Amino acid sequence: MSDDHASTPVAARVRRLEERLIAAGLVSDTELDAILDRFLGGASPVNGARIVAHAWTDAGFRDRLLADANDALPELDLSMRGGLREQRLKVVANTAARHNLIVCTLCSCYPIGLLGPSPSWYKSEAYRSRAVREPRGVLAEFGLDLPADVDITVWDASAESRYMVLPVRPAGTEGLTEEQLAGLVTREGLIGTAVV
Amino acid sequence: MSEAAARFVAGDRVATQAVDPDHHNRLPRYARGQVGEVVEVQGTWPLPDDVVRGVPAPRVEPVYTVRFAARDLWGTGGHEVTVDLWQSYLIPARHPPSTDASLEPVEDLHE
Repeated sequence: MSDDHASTPVAARVRRLEERLIAAGLVSDTELDAILDRFLGGASPVNGARIVAHAWTDAGFRDRLLADANDALPELDLSMRGGLREQRLKVVANTAARHNLIVCTLCSCYPIGLLGPSPSWYKSEAYRSRAVREPRGVLAEFGLDLPADVDITVWDASAESRYMVLPVRPAGTEGLTEEQLAGLVTREGLIGTAVV
Repeated sequence: MSEAAARFVAGDRVATQAVDPDHHNRLPRYARGQVGEVVEVQGTWPLPDDVVRGVPAPRVEPVYTVRFAARDLWGTGGHEVTVDLWQSYLIPARHPPSTDASLEPVEDLHE
């Protein structure tokens, strides 16, 4: 899905829908382009990785991020204001005792601005239906065998909030700079299907 | 748009509506007719049931993060699942959590 799909039937349907909306005077071409640009321009997991690396190195920021992520993001010149209304972001922290996993069982809600376009498996029926039911098995299929004593919380983004996981900082990274730390953070780590 | 006041606070036991309405709705099927615990009040948003049907003044309601035990949802599993639910999808659950989830009463489904 994240590949170029300009010639697919879905793309053709979206183009027709856009034309109808424009013809009906509900939205203009310029407005649509501006929204798409705001929404997708700069949307990348690099943003999520920067947030994580900063939280790993600044305990105060970590606390503020977990308490109210929308309030904390501007400290890194980031925000959730890409769409029509600012989206609420909830950051959930992994610990030695608890692992967090993000899913949207009803569709594919996802913090695109911070994680980039979502991977195709995130939108698959298999992931959406199985993540809430048997997360430990799903994680094992992703190559993540969690110890039996680590509890799991699955966050179903079924309404207007978007979620991001704050992974545990890997051992032996004390000497790394914030930029080097950010380089360790993967998109899967931000969804919870991997650790960092 | 009139905004509904919050009926629940963190820690409240709530039951979800068991009825699957004919119209659009964002209460996942697997979480219908279940008892969970409010974790957080997230803020208020227009009710999608009204928005999608084109109701001129959609209800604006609090949305809650509600935590469910996997064992209650699926009869198995040691994890927990949180679901984000509009206030209309919830009703108070009077009884405190029992130690045996299989015996937990689900009350007031037709308040």
